[in-house]
Amino acid sequence: MSVKLTTRQVGDVTVIDATGRITLGEGASTFRDMIRDLATKGNKKLLVNLGDVSYIDSSGIGEMVSGFTTVTNHGGQLKLLSLSKRVKDLLQITKLYTVFEVFDDEASAVRSFA
Amino acid sequence: MAERRMLLDSTLDSVEVAEKAVLQAAEDIGFGEDELHQLGMAVRESMVNAVVHGNRYNARKKVHVSIAQAPDRLTIVIADEGDGFELTDIPDPLADENLLRQSGRGLLLMRAFVDEFQVRRGEPTGTEVRMVKYLAKAS
Repeated sequence: MSVKLTTRQVGDVTVIDATGRITLGEGASTFRDMIRDLATKGNKKLLVNLGDVSYIDSSGIGEMVSGFTTVTNHGGQLKLLSLSKRVKDLLQITKLYTVFEVFDDEASAVRSFA
Repeated sequence: MAERRMLLDSTLDSVEVAEKAVLQAAEDIGFGEDELHQLGMAVRESMVNAVVHGNRYNARKKVHVSIAQAPDRLTIVIADEGDGFELTDIPDPLADENLLRQSGRGLLLMRAFVDEFQVRRGEPTGTEVRMVKYLAKAS
């Protein structure tokens, strides 16, 4: 299954709930299109919930980094929520823990944007 | 040692085919769930490199996959028919100035998820990646 993305608002934070796999092809491009669309429409506080993402490959990681850069360049912030151990391991291996703010708890993540 | 060889088209479907074959072979000799995930990722990254960067989706070029089972290890060789590359030309994805690059992490992940990892120029052309994962070290 490729990735499925839905958005919801929590105050002024846009939460993107992702489900499935973010891999080369449809999954990664779906993710890229969603982040770019939100950033260009002026959403400056994006929280990507990866709690139901079962698999991310290097292309998926690349799209997350690209999304981070896109949102930052639009004056916004992109943070990550509810990473599985495997996704946390990927961020450790790639040193991207030094780039992304990561939260286990949604309320804390939302408050961090204030 | 049982060995399976496959000649695959330069398509993303072949990535799935190779990953599935490796996971089946790994499961047969007793790798656990976490190790299967790691092997699957390493094979996926290598296959994507072969199809996308090596053969550049060229329908006339193939990806050669070999999966060798031994009681204590699985050896996977993935070779493309592309122009090849020099490892020294690949920017270090862990360098601070490269952390925000969109691509270039595939080799890093392959190395992280197997016990032995070698890249060499293929004969007469292309790139050959050899990966070994040991059962004893994995469990």
